[in-house]
Amino acid sequence: MKIINKKIINDVGGVRIVQLDILSPDIAAKALPGQFIMLMVDSQGERIPLTLVDTDPDKGVISLMFQEAGFTTRQLGRLEPNDTLYSLVGPLGHPTQIKKFGKVILVGGGVGIAEILPVARALKAAGNQITTILGSRNKDLLILEKELKESSDQIYIMTDDGSYGRKGFTTEMLAELLKKDKYDLIYSVGPIPMMKRVAMVSKEYNTPTLVSLNALMVDATGMCGCCRVSVFGQVKFSCVDGPDFDGAGVDWDELEKRNKVYAAQEKHICQLGRHD
Amino acid sequence: MIKEPVKVKEASVQERVANFAEVVQGYSEAEALAEAARCLQCKNPVCISGCPVEIDIKQFIYHLRQKDYQAAYFKIREKSNFPSICGRVCPAEYQCRKACVLTKKGSPFASEQAINIHFLERFIGDWGKNNNLEIAAKPDPKLSKFKVAVVGSGPAGLCCAGELARQGVQVDVFESLHKTGGVLRYGIPPFRLPWDVLDFEIDYLKKLGVNIITNFLVGKAKTIKELFLEGYSAVFLGLGAGVPSFLGVKGENLCNIYSVNEFLTRVNLMSAYKFPEFHTPVNIGKHVLIVGGGNTAMDAARVALRLQKLKGYPLNTTVIYRRTEVEMPARRLEIEHAREEGIKFEFLVQPKEFIGDEQGCVKKMLCLRSELGAPDSSGRRRPVIIPGSDFELDCDLCVIAVGLKANQILINATPELKTDKYSDVIVDPETMECSIKDVFAGGDIVGGEGTVIEAMGMAKKAAKAILARLAKKGE
Repeated sequence: MKIINKKIINDVGGVRIVQLDILSPDIAAKALPGQFIMLMVDSQGERIPLTLVDTDPDKGVISLMFQEAGFTTRQLGRLEPNDTLYSLVGPLGHPTQIKKFGKVILVGGGVGIAEILPVARALKAAGNQITTILGSRNKDLLILEKELKESSDQIYIMTDDGSYGRKGFTTEMLAELLKKDKYDLIYSVGPIPMMKRVAMVSKEYNTPTLVSLNALMVDATGMCGCCRVSVFGQVKFSCVDGPDFDGAGVDWDELEKRNKVYAAQEKHICQLGRHD
Repeated sequence: MIKEPVKVKEASVQERVANFAEVVQGYSEAEALAEAARCLQCKNPVCISGCPVEIDIKQFIYHLRQKDYQAAYFKIREKSNFPSICGRVCPAEYQCRKACVLTKKGSPFASEQAINIHFLERFIGDWGKNNNLEIAAKPDPKLSKFKVAVVGSGPAGLCCAGELARQGVQVDVFESLHKTGGVLRYGIPPFRLPWDVLDFEIDYLKKLGVNIITNFLVGKAKTIKELFLEGYSAVFLGLGAGVPSFLGVKGENLCNIYSVNEFLTRVNLMSAYKFPEFHTPVNIGKHVLIVGGGNTAMDAARVALRLQKLKGYPLNTTVIYRRTEVEMPARRLEIEHAREEGIKFEFLVQPKEFIGDEQGCVKKMLCLRSELGAPDSSGRRRPVIIPGSDFELDCDLCVIAVGLKANQILINATPELKTDKYSDVIVDPETMECSIKDVFAGGDIVGGEGTVIEAMGMAKKAAKAILARLAKKGE
């Protein structure tokens, strides 16, 4: 649970994306792409899920990447090498299915791009032809372009403001690709509105689509149901049934609303945190 | 003429709804002696048959009356590992007190006149705790080379670990959460079971040499097979029943509809009632409805009421139950406490649908009234819906407390582990051994939702079988 390395991936106006490498031999030995961990920064902290970005079983190290977007992620971002987490448990959730599908499109948005990386590497190693579409608000916010290029046969960058790559949403590129060619799988991680649009576009072209959901969780072992989502009308727990689900069946509006249920408390505690 | 039962001291209603401190304060020495004096010391003490682990109730009360509290303590400890815990959470009115001869024949639960055995047990348990009475370890050198893995640190796991460690077995307890105690920590609120009582038992295990590994999820971080490969000679599964059931009605995924486990875990384990000092939030409403009639429903209702008080809301929490008060599986004491604290009850009511607002938050519960029909498989009269009885209740926060099922992660990761139709682990009832050799199980993962004392009974049986198995291996 000791942090052995910290890397600031980017820092845009004080909002940073941070990578922490943490010593955790048991998790490193077992984790597979698509799985996540739960952590607590200190004994008063909340339990938050973070997807594993990389693992090194030989060194017993796992890597996490997160945006300092809320109270707990900011607290986590303040930790330095040699600091120790209060709690870390994993690997959790089902791994992403890795096999030779054929032609795969990966769609990553924002900090979700970090979660695409281990899946991209594994799918590439399994012999898939990988087309990656990355989206971010602007050039400065884009992460892991170089790393994903290495695991992709083609890569497309989309920015909201056109400051890099092409101006527009990832789904515009996705629709173009699907119009021209047939693909066997789409895998997407990013903000809910993006994944929702990806699922809509891919449905039109009848392409199987997996999305990795980021529901709120408490225990993350199937005991609380905080992370329940509706998929094809069935109630599923993201933590033990997911986090990957068929994007065509996800009730996105419900998920978006459920994820905002503590927005007021989050705002309140973040404001308190500023006076530290 | 039998004297009136000695009432136990309780915090005043005003006081207790404003905090999470323990409500029942227990007997003083004089009160315990007075209550014990009421015991008839029957020639045929039927109370014992009412105890799932058959504590020699008559004898411990006898020692108590002689003021030989130490003897009373060890008498209980012959059968029960956690008298301070069981004295607080045992549903005595369905067990020993119901069997007590002072209970009226045919009563569905103990009469008020029945001896308050649980309060006497608690007095003795706490006396033992305060005087550091613990059963001394009797390490058997032949067993000290064996390592046993206990999965889960709830009542079953803790009990099994203690039984094994006292004989000198090396025990590693694996707990997936960051704190030990299982349901005793995340489920039962501190106003019923204060943490120091639980911590005392866990510290005792540590003193015995039990190694507790938190943040470790067996089934994900390691499989049972890998535990054996690492040199464990046996595995005990005390996984518990922690998977919440939902109603399966429309609108149940609206915001502010919680499973009872989520609600209680946020408040108990994560201390959400101290937000923002503790960082885990929990919401509270002005019209809180709790669905269910068991102990967890009562816990959720009383937690919700306290949260309303802390928030400065008018106290307005209602329990919705589909049968009547008599059929409620909750302890009578909890129902009584809930009512005293101001919790309202709506009996013979079933939720039909939840209606939300534009933010996706619940605002109303649509309900149906029912009446009691013929008894069902549980022996309780089945609620039958009255057609056209639809009505609605304001509801801005709802907690669903309609039962818990077996934890699935380890079971799913272990296909060779045989389970029944409820996904509970199948065991040999004599030894508690599962379908995998040297793997034993006990507690709610075997019997479904049960009590602490039942879990303890199973864990003790399993520990005995494990010790016999190890002794054989050592020959």
